Amino acid sequence: MKLRFVSLLVGAFVFLFPFYYMLIGSLQAEPDPSVSGAIPAGNLTLHNYSEINSAINLGRSLVNSGIFTGGVILGTLVFGVLAGYALARLQFRGRGVVFNLMLLFQVVPFQLLTIPLYVLIVRSYGLADSYLGMILPFAINSTAVLVFRQYFLQLPVELFDAARIDGASELNILWRIAVPLVRPALLTGVLLTFIGPWNEFLWPFLITKQQDLQPLAVSLSNYLTTVSARAANPFGAVLAGACVLAAPAVALFLIFQRRFISSSLESGVKG
Amino acid sequence: MRRGLLGRVLGEHPVGAVFVTPYVVFLAAVFAYPLGFAVYMSFHDYFFTAPGAIVERPFVGFDNYVTVLSDPAVRRAFWNVLVFLVINVPLTVVLALGLANALNAAIRWRTFFRVSYYVPYVTASVAVVGVWLFLFNSNGLVNSVLGPLAPDPSWLVNSKLAMPTVAIYVTWKQLGFFILLYLAALQNVSKDLYEAAAMDGADKWKSFWNVTVPGVRPATTLVVLLATVTGANLFTEPYLLTGGGGPDGASASPVLVMYQKGIEQGNPDIGSAIGVLLVIAVLALALIERRFVGREES
Repeated sequence: MKLRFVSLLVGAFVFLFPFYYMLIGSLQAEPDPSVSGAIPAGNLTLHNYSEINSAINLGRSLVNSGIFTGGVILGTLVFGVLAGYALARLQFRGRGVVFNLMLLFQVVPFQLLTIPLYVLIVRSYGLADSYLGMILPFAINSTAVLVFRQYFLQLPVELFDAARIDGASELNILWRIAVPLVRPALLTGVLLTFIGPWNEFLWPFLITKQQDLQPLAVSLSNYLTTVSARAANPFGAVLAGACVLAAPAVALFLIFQRRFISSSLESGVKG
Repeated sequence: MRRGLLGRVLGEHPVGAVFVTPYVVFLAAVFAYPLGFAVYMSFHDYFFTAPGAIVERPFVGFDNYVTVLSDPAVRRAFWNVLVFLVINVPLTVVLALGLANALNAAIRWRTFFRVSYYVPYVTASVAVVGVWLFLFNSNGLVNSVLGPLAPDPSWLVNSKLAMPTVAIYVTWKQLGFFILLYLAALQNVSKDLYEAAAMDGADKWKSFWNVTVPGVRPATTLVVLLATVTGANLFTEPYLLTGGGGPDGASASPVLVMYQKGIEQGNPDIGSAIGVLLVIAVLALALIERRFVGREES
């Protein structure tokens, strides 16, 4: 059917064009908002990248984004796998309560919690301008816990019975038997956890005032709201920073797109 | 396996409780306690102090709520988010279902389409906002294409168009996720129903309306609820796209006002009251939507 294909094509253009334009705009020496400017012909330079780099220190910001994201992924992998395994495979008092609480808290909007979390983490615990304060509210991704649990549930029960009869401890069973069998779930968990903190703006924005601790999303937005008005080619520099911020997430998505798409389906439908 | 009295009290694998402890502590510290704390602050005269300082924070009843509700900036923000939802939610449902339905047919370049619709969803809003500013500013590409049809004042600085533009931006950014939800739901619509409809002489449009739409109703309920919650959490877009909810508060969202009053101006009690009101409003809206969208489920 022709009409269907054409409408999908128009849709794809609408979705992809801003990304194309982001790249072109980041390479233009002079911002050219005319229609012909969308097709590059000369006027291209890498100067915008050095401009934004000198304004916000791209390397440092990327490292901060990496530490923030890495901390969340680590917390999710260690504590999230433990919780997912226990919720799927171990009978203990209170399991049902924990599971229901987890589902309940998924619907609490994070924005409501920003004020109390800010008061607690910044004012009471003095964790402003620290990686720990940045990571804490995101330390264990509940959607990833749900995915881990789902995968552990699919493993055959005989496997666990046999290991328990052999006298293996639960930690041993988890580490030696269960985890190697759910490696795809671990990858899914990492991917799904990654885009959260990497793209997060509000929380790190609230708690980092020191520029050398800000993740890229925060330093770029500060540039956008304050400095850019005075720059020679503000759009070029902003778009160059935007490309750097977008590239890792988009690249990971393109490489692992099947896993990304199926994991959001699972969490969407089941969670 | 040994199952004594202890086993009956603690369950078969008490070690499980140890495994979930870090996660439970996390949920308590990051969700439960702050949630209660927000409600507490909203009923007290709460202000920032140096760590460890002991000061009196008297109970003030509904005073903070009265302050909030009589503040025109707050009322404006709640109105704005309603305008946002009226545009964003129906547009999301129609576009996501339409595109998912088109994608569900055997079609060339399926993977390409799925990937291209999903890319905005995985990209940081801060990054995409940069290019939208470039596209929609007064002499940006969109206005160059429109020529004399370009609105004046331009999109993001026009008090009538700022909020709708933000709503369209968010629809565009989130649509890929909702398309995937609908794609999953479409797999569960029975093929027999389409055949039966075809036997009754229904054309493509009729079978879409009579088979597909009721078939994906549970997914529609989910899409409407999720889009509403996302919309209520709006912050980054008005903060960056319209320069802090401008022009003159025309695109300020409740979360933006909560941030300005609660943290910038140092009134966490007022900020918490806005947050509590926002959650109550979203819950009420969600219940209404569930009634309305999910009514033919049973």
